[in-house]
Amino acid sequence: MTVTAQPAVGEEALPGATGPTPRRRTGRVRRIALPYLLLLPALLLELLVHLVPMVIGIVMSFKELTQFYIRDWGAAPWAGFDNYSLSVDFDAPVGEALLHSFFVTCAFTVLSVGLCWLLGTVAAVYMQETFRGRGFLRAIFLIPYALPVYAAVITWAFMFQRDNGLVNHVLHDQLGLTDSPSFWLIGDNSFVTLLVVSVWKGWPFAFLIVMAGLQNIPKELYEAAAIDGAGMLQQIRRITLPSLRPVNQVLVLVLFLWTFNDFNTPYVLFGKAAPEAADLISIHIYQSSFVTWNFGTGSAMSVLLLLFLLVVTGVYLILTSRGRRAADV
Amino acid sequence: MSSQSLSKESLPKRSLSKRSLSAPRSPMAAPRSFLWSRRIFLTLLTGFVLLPVYVMLSSSLKPLQDVSGKFRWVPSGLTIRPYIDIWSTVPLAKYFVNSLIVAGAATVLSVVIAIFAAYGVSRYRFRGKRLFTVTVLSTQMFPGILFLLPLFLIYVNIGDATGIALFGSRLGLILTYLTFSLPFSIWMLIGYFESVPRDLDEAAMVDGCGPLGALFRVVVPAAVPGIVAVAVYAFMTAWGEVLFASVMTNDTTRTLAVGLQGYATQNDVYWNQVMAASLVVSVPVVAGFLLLQRYLVAGLTAGAVK
Repeated sequence: MTVTAQPAVGEEALPGATGPTPRRRTGRVRRIALPYLLLLPALLLELLVHLVPMVIGIVMSFKELTQFYIRDWGAAPWAGFDNYSLSVDFDAPVGEALLHSFFVTCAFTVLSVGLCWLLGTVAAVYMQETFRGRGFLRAIFLIPYALPVYAAVITWAFMFQRDNGLVNHVLHDQLGLTDSPSFWLIGDNSFVTLLVVSVWKGWPFAFLIVMAGLQNIPKELYEAAAIDGAGMLQQIRRITLPSLRPVNQVLVLVLFLWTFNDFNTPYVLFGKAAPEAADLISIHIYQSSFVTWNFGTGSAMSVLLLLFLLVVTGVYLILTSRGRRAADV
Repeated sequence: MSSQSLSKESLPKRSLSKRSLSAPRSPMAAPRSFLWSRRIFLTLLTGFVLLPVYVMLSSSLKPLQDVSGKFRWVPSGLTIRPYIDIWSTVPLAKYFVNSLIVAGAATVLSVVIAIFAAYGVSRYRFRGKRLFTVTVLSTQMFPGILFLLPLFLIYVNIGDATGIALFGSRLGLILTYLTFSLPFSIWMLIGYFESVPRDLDEAAMVDGCGPLGALFRVVVPAAVPGIVAVAVYAFMTAWGEVLFASVMTNDTTRTLAVGLQGYATQNDVYWNQVMAASLVVSVPVVAGFLLLQRYLVAGLTAGAVK
């Protein structure tokens, strides 16, 4: 099929108004308004649920908002930058705890995203070629992604129980690796627990995206490389991985944002108060807001978190896009 | 980017992705070491993935003493008792219905709204287009915790002002959830719609369809895999969300995400019932997902991964 110069629908409408009869004119107005009308529902809902609340959240961060002012939050006294200075005073308990939570979240995110990406990519590359049972295996690998978070994480919580869990049964009773059954849901081990569950839950998404990305690589590239005598590993290094760059750019960013903001996994795993070693920032802020009923400080922390994510995302996009452009030249 | 270059680019890409779906690459014969490493890697990974599934399934059929004492790989006896008890220990059926209504409505609305928005972006040029897509996509970045409380306040205030109950109601949850899947859905459908040749909707309009007629008679039918993928995503998002469900629901509107914790927070944890309930709430989504995952992969290939 040849595509001749087809103007966009909206574009065509503009010069089309040669004889402005009334009917034409309303038609023209309708055509100009149409794209906006099409976007309106999406825009209104995003405003209602995301954008307006975000602005209110920023305003709230400058207020002294305790439980007395919940119903009428506008009446809460202004606090200036008090909530912020409280949050970032790293010598005082509140700031110190926030900083600790921030570092825990960073370490957790780097490890989780790295492992998810690695598992997903390796599995997708291994499964690029057809073999018997490939479709079945692919379906199995997507189960953790399809399972509702709470159902999956509750199962993991059961497996990590000290007295009746599978993990201690294997490590202690069957393999004898530990002197006594360990606690996995409290104390320092909880970081490992959280990481295992998060990777289990997260890697299939990387697998799915990389798999989709692999299917867009033209087969001819591999054929040409094979004719030139490139081996399997070389093909993967020279064709597969470079072709995945644009996919990876988005994938890693999305994984990063989801993991950094993850609330569901630690919440179902540990309940409202996460152990210190697994005190992810979302849980930490939730607890600062809803358990201590201090919403102003919680909002200030959320705003700081958002600023951090914005900066990281911006820098990441600039760096990776520049790298890509350089690679193209 | 001009419209003709877009459609020119996307035409071969679409046919290409279709072809490679059915016949993936066949490079030179893989070395034996590759086959062995693949076998080992995939076996280990399958074990890791299926371990919780096995625990869930086997524990849900165990008598209570098996799950309260030391973990047993093989149940001492099988019983379907937990599957009967789950419905009375907590009002699971009610939670189930709530989840179905909330996730179902959020999915339908999200898909329809995303179709309109994606059509607008993919077929029209207008001022603010880039601003719109960037804004909508960037909402994905917001930490849920930032707008949880403000949203709660907005819902309470709208309720006080207009009498429309949003806080604690299913409607509030539906509106919230549909915006969670909206950015990804719009983004994916834009890519998908752009791969539908513009000639087709031009032709439909020449035949007397309006723009909406062209959308629903031509573009939507051609983009069914993408739309199914988006619907699956939207349903899963709404079915699995915990944070807002835990704050925004009350006894009558509670969804499974919160209700399932009812077994675990009581003094005695009936782990066999927890596992049975987890399995029951997972079956609809997992079954639906596995049936439709082909579309999701195809949709991602054509739409999101560009």
